Amino acid sequence: MTDLSHIRNFAIIAHIDHGKSTLADRMIQLCGGLTEREMKEQVLDSMELERERGITIKAQTVRLRYEARDGKVYTLNMIDTPGHVDFSYEVSRSMKACEGSILLVDASQGVEAQTLANVYLALEHDHEIIPVLNKIDLPAAEPLRIMEQIEEVIGLDTSDALMISAKTGKGVAEVLEAIVKRLPPPAGDAEAPLKALIVDSWYDSYLGVVTLIRVMDGRIKAGTKIRMLGTRAVHDVTEVGIFGPARKKVAELGPGELGYVISGVKDIADAKVGDTVTDERRPCDAPLSGFKPSIPVVFCGLFAADTAEYEDLRDSLGKLALNDSSFVFEPEVSPALGFGFRCGFLGMLHLEIVQERLEREFDLDLITTAPSVVYNIHLRNGAVEQLHNPSDMPDPTRIEFIEEPWIKATILVPDEFLGAVLKLCEEKRGIQQELTYAGSRAMVVYELPLNEVVFDFYDRLKSVTRGYASFDYHLIGYREGDLVKVSILVNNEPVDALSLIVHRNLAEPRGRALCAKLKELIPRQLFKIAIQAAIGGKVIARETVSALRKDVTAKCYGGDATRKRKLLEKQKAGKKRMRQFGNVEIPQSAFLAALKMDAN
Amino acid sequence: MAEPPPGRGPEGRGEGQSGLGLYVHWPFCLSKCPYCDFNSHVRETIEQARWRAALLRELEHWAAACESGAGPRRLASIFFGGGTPSLMDPGTVAALIDRARALWPHGPDLEITLEANPTSVEAGRFAALAEAGVNRVSLGVQSLDETALRFLGRRHSAAEALAAVALARRSFPRFSFDLIYARPGQSAEAWRDELGRALDEGPEHLSLYQLTIEENTPFHGAWRRGELQPLDEEAAADLFDETQQRLEAVGLPAYEISNHARPGAECRHNQLYWRYDDYLGVGPGAHGRLTLDGRKLATRQHRAPEAWLAAVEAEGHATRTRQPLDPVQRLDELLVMGLRTREGIARAAFRREAGAEPEALFSGRTLEQLQEAGYLALDAAGLRATAEGRRRLDAVLRHLAAGQRPAAEAAKAPA
Ligand SMILES: Nc1nc2c(ncn2[C@@H]2O[C@H](COP(=O)(O)OP(=O)(O)OP(=O)(O)O)[C@@H](O)[C@H]2O)c(=O)[nH]1
Ligand SMILES: C[S@@+](CC[C@H](N)C(=O)[O-])C[C@H]1O[C@@H](n2cnc3c(N)ncnc32)[C@H](O)[C@@H]1O
Ligand code: SF4
Ligand SMILES: [Mg+2]
Repeated sequence: MTDLSHIRNFAIIAHIDHGKSTLADRMIQLCGGLTEREMKEQVLDSMELERERGITIKAQTVRLRYEARDGKVYTLNMIDTPGHVDFSYEVSRSMKACEGSILLVDASQGVEAQTLANVYLALEHDHEIIPVLNKIDLPAAEPLRIMEQIEEVIGLDTSDALMISAKTGKGVAEVLEAIVKRLPPPAGDAEAPLKALIVDSWYDSYLGVVTLIRVMDGRIKAGTKIRMLGTRAVHDVTEVGIFGPARKKVAELGPGELGYVISGVKDIADAKVGDTVTDERRPCDAPLSGFKPSIPVVFCGLFAADTAEYEDLRDSLGKLALNDSSFVFEPEVSPALGFGFRCGFLGMLHLEIVQERLEREFDLDLITTAPSVVYNIHLRNGAVEQLHNPSDMPDPTRIEFIEEPWIKATILVPDEFLGAVLKLCEEKRGIQQELTYAGSRAMVVYELPLNEVVFDFYDRLKSVTRGYASFDYHLIGYREGDLVKVSILVNNEPVDALSLIVHRNLAEPRGRALCAKLKELIPRQLFKIAIQAAIGGKVIARETVSALRKDVTAKCYGGDATRKRKLLEKQKAGKKRMRQFGNVEIPQSAFLAALKMDAN
Repeated sequence: MAEPPPGRGPEGRGEGQSGLGLYVHWPFCLSKCPYCDFNSHVRETIEQARWRAALLRELEHWAAACESGAGPRRLASIFFGGGTPSLMDPGTVAALIDRARALWPHGPDLEITLEANPTSVEAGRFAALAEAGVNRVSLGVQSLDETALRFLGRRHSAAEALAAVALARRSFPRFSFDLIYARPGQSAEAWRDELGRALDEGPEHLSLYQLTIEENTPFHGAWRRGELQPLDEEAAADLFDETQQRLEAVGLPAYEISNHARPGAECRHNQLYWRYDDYLGVGPGAHGRLTLDGRKLATRQHRAPEAWLAAVEAEGHATRTRQPLDPVQRLDELLVMGLRTREGIARAAFRREAGAEPEALFSGRTLEQLQEAGYLALDAAGLRATAEGRRRLDAVLRHLAAGQRPAAEAAKAPA
């Protein structure tokens, strides 16, 4: 246990790519958390997908031992957070575990959408904020102008802002000093009953369920009998420890500390993120406030390609959901694909990441249906059906009308991009509610149909405003819409997983664009491939992929019989996944990419 | 291009096989070519005597394994491959040939091939190798263009290669040589000219391989880094088509995807692979297929030269894999090998390997679709890939694999 006055807990927050994980690297190095040999770039991005994509997906907590200039040794608990908006739920959870935030701003790019969104999150949690300008080594860095911008747009005092290069390490020592001097120590009572917040939990194939907690009051150690206030589960703690970033056992965790707990939790549902942990023998009176549940906005069906893997899929989804509480799933039955799950996500990148993690970490072969929002279908017989999956759309003659979800979106944008934003919103069937100015920034409020927003709105908004727009939204309810189903046929066979629900006025251009996109995405094959888009029986667009001309191994001797046979065996095993439609293999990437295209 | 008339070719061989093949692998080269993923290694010194003893011992081992099967077999071919077997001590080659001749009955037509690299050093051994019993050489000329030879990391010049070809013509009853084409940046004119000069040598057999970027080779690394740009699919397809037509016109039709011969001058050893007959594999990494009491074994020896040597010296053989193949695996291998040839796969071979006629082995319209597209031909003789089908054979094989019936069902289905 560490004396409270010697603890500082902070999160590093920023827009995507502004250098959070790189700054974390430097601080770990300065505090001797890793040896030179163990160090690598963005060392906390340990997930394979994070390394490949160069982004942080999961927030990571590290305890550092820092010897300050006042000669005292401090325990710093640092949380590196993700910058992408789809993972902002990770940021908001991290906030609850800390008293302060380092706000990192790329000095060449300035304030961007998630800079704002994350500052608001930090303020909501009463965080002390230290503004830090990063990447001052870049020739394009303009720290003074960006400081002005921070004052103007965010309203933060920048007179104490620090200027650093996380890459070269310049100025990072001052950041550590500022953390100790400017951020408040945590409060808490070591003698009070145990009260701790589950910040994160995940499944580890060696350790079982690992739970990351922030202790508010009391102490926890091996042998403590803990109770989760929400799920009422009771378990014996077998080990507590910290990440430095390597996992390290400690004797106990006390108030203000962040660390992990391993207990006999078998059922992953017992260790729910946001739940309060207390001592069964001496419970605390009231639970902590927990986290606001996240609201999934995109849904898709996930099915095991091999029906025998259904149970595996269910287990894997459970384990993944434990690690990613913003993702939800429930069983679903599809006439074409059998038993599977309807899953909800915070956005398209989130969906992509979950799908990839399932395939890699759990070695599953998946069929993903086209993402969709939830529609209410009012039938002529008076019944109302919820439609998650465009392919389940009832026959149009049975439908009285269809309702779709609408959102209220607030967009903050510099003047010069206002025109482009208004145009984008109109194109997406938006209805303008408000338009106000604050300095050189405009704030626009629009009502928009959710299905026009989830698939490519962020990307479009980002590109038309060069990233200088912040975007926030919430659901406002359902409204009737003139919606039709566009089906995609490959060699005259409908491919359910590619069908779309679109407003009638947008159906034709969307159908044409999708056919063109698929033509690019489907590799040439043995036979010519016809791709068509149709509404009801009417074909509205058509493309052809010509047959490949040559695909043969040049040399094949005695030993190659084995090699070639094994290749075929592998392919046959994969074939069970049903990505074959009318003789055509459609790569999974086509399903997602097809949705993320421009509408025009 | 004319397809062989039905009835010719494999059907004539009946239910059985045409004879046994013996493959001997020599795993050493003077240097490693950047495109090559063969089991070949560079060593300062090689203990020739130990290698000779070990190769002979493993040969005895496989001969004994054969004995336990049904009756004596006729030896049809011996093939020394590599690596660079032209660097073997000719005495070792002679000893292996003598021993094999003593072990199995064979005819005067026993084909004994050795792969040779066309440097002057190796050419100097041709007389001794012919004396040892080698009656066919396959020379790795690879190119007749000096720049290309350097790009391919070869240790010989075009002139040296042509001299080796001339000497081979005088030293052995039969010879062939290999060229690698569809190289990065190779134009149709350049290849036309190079191929013309190759044909001027008047070979009765030629192996013409399009360059393949194999994994775990320096070329693969260069390709990944974007430093090597392979010829695109269209250009490679054009070169392939033109090559096929030209060789057909000069009387050297393709009897396999990349192998051309005057009718009757085909390499019998490779044909044995493509017909999926039995062959024994001796030496590091050598593969074999051996039918014993109706069961077909897939065998492979230890790949690493030193480990192979130690294992043979300790146990008499260095077998790493000895796996019985089920009918589905046998069908896969039969298709993979057999559809490469112009003659195709005889019905008898389908019965022998997969226990059924081809019609019973695939579900739905798999075969019909491929026939309608002009990629396959199925008739009383058997199944074969057309020229169009052979050019896309890997995709055809994937399609066939996807359309295979489950084994049990195929066995039940009326043929
Ligand atoms: N020149 C320069 N580049 C930097 C600096 N800090 C970070 N970078 C680079 O910026 C890119 C993004 O850095 P990350 O640390 O991954 O950014 P991040 O904020 O953690 O990104 P997300 O976690 O995906 O939101 C990397 O290529 C870094 O090398 C810096 O001070 N100077
Ligand atoms: C066993 S190899 C080499 C024989 C001999 N050591 C030589 O290099 O001449 C047989 C032939 O395969 C061909 N070959 C090897 N690697 C190849 C590649 N990556 N692409 C195309 N052909 C290749 C070459 O033509 C080579 O001669
Ligand atoms: S191509 Fe021939 S000489 Fe070159 S490394 Fe391969 S086997 Fe050896
Ligand atoms: Mg990061």
